[in-house]
Amino acid sequence: MEKIDVGKKILAENEKYAFENIMFLAERKKLCLNMISSPGSGKTTILTRTINELKDKTRIGVIEGDIQTDIDAERIRVTGAPVLQINTDGACHLSAAQISEALKKLPVEDLDLIVIENVGNLVCPSAFALGESAKIVVLSVAEGDDKPAKYPAIFAKAKVLLINKIDLLKGGHVDFDIERAKADARRLNQAIEIFPLSARTGEGMSAWYDWLLGGIEQNVTQR
Amino acid sequence: MHETMVAKSLMAIISEESAKQNAKPVGAKISCGTLNAINDEILCFAFEAIAKDTPFEGIKLDIEHKPLKARCKSCSQDFDVEFSHPQCSQCGGGDFELLPDAPLVLEQIEFQTDGSDGKD
Repeated sequence: MEKIDVGKKILAENEKYAFENIMFLAERKKLCLNMISSPGSGKTTILTRTINELKDKTRIGVIEGDIQTDIDAERIRVTGAPVLQINTDGACHLSAAQISEALKKLPVEDLDLIVIENVGNLVCPSAFALGESAKIVVLSVAEGDDKPAKYPAIFAKAKVLLINKIDLLKGGHVDFDIERAKADARRLNQAIEIFPLSARTGEGMSAWYDWLLGGIEQNVTQR
Repeated sequence: MHETMVAKSLMAIISEESAKQNAKPVGAKISCGTLNAINDEILCFAFEAIAKDTPFEGIKLDIEHKPLKARCKSCSQDFDVEFSHPQCSQCGGGDFELLPDAPLVLEQIEFQTDGSDGKD
């Protein structure tokens, strides 16, 4: 037996594409967010409401990742925003190479912000850099307040946590301790920004919009 | 489940290195950070499935998990993060900054050298 030291990064190929995407977006001063959550947390609803309500303030384009169908892309298309659907055919996350292809097809020059809606999965997408400026994690109250403790990786890496469907708390439909979820998310990531909101009723959305518009402005002036 | 893409990328590198060495690989040593969320059993299963009926069938994976490190903001000590109860190992402080997680690395490949020519 002979042992040879290799010392190569296994995901180097993905990182190469992610770096190219970062450079592509930085040159054009475009902000890019990678939205990650379990299936059904309300990513698409948050996006459609955000696009509709910020229509006069910023131009948003969307890359939709799903295992199958273009149901989500269709929902975005209704808003009039440019959208590109990627079907991963079974894969539980998007890869940087797929984003690189998508960026060539989107009218990037006409946009301020590109949102990547990753495949619904709270674990796998967090392990793959896509070239985003920040990761946004969405947790809906119906999923339970223990998720930041049970799935720490994405909460440790995300810049923003959106706690969605807070309208369900009012009627006592779910037991969800917002303070516990916040404390668990902050245990590993003190800088994480947390916005409780309801994309259905619109409650709490304005704080998220302020963060988003602030981020877009900062991105343009800083670089 | 993302272990499938990891396994594919891993096999591509092993294939490249084996061609360079002109030898048959029999084992691979991998290291990974905590936030890569690699499940050993799933990675081995995915690799086995992909390697089946190729020259890489039967390669044994040895996976080392490196702890996530953090730096305490109170006493500057670096410590291993325990997810259930993250606190500084020196002063017990809970105010810390996470350090970059270890990447997924193919550390070493073991090749067969015992007489056979290693060709497939």
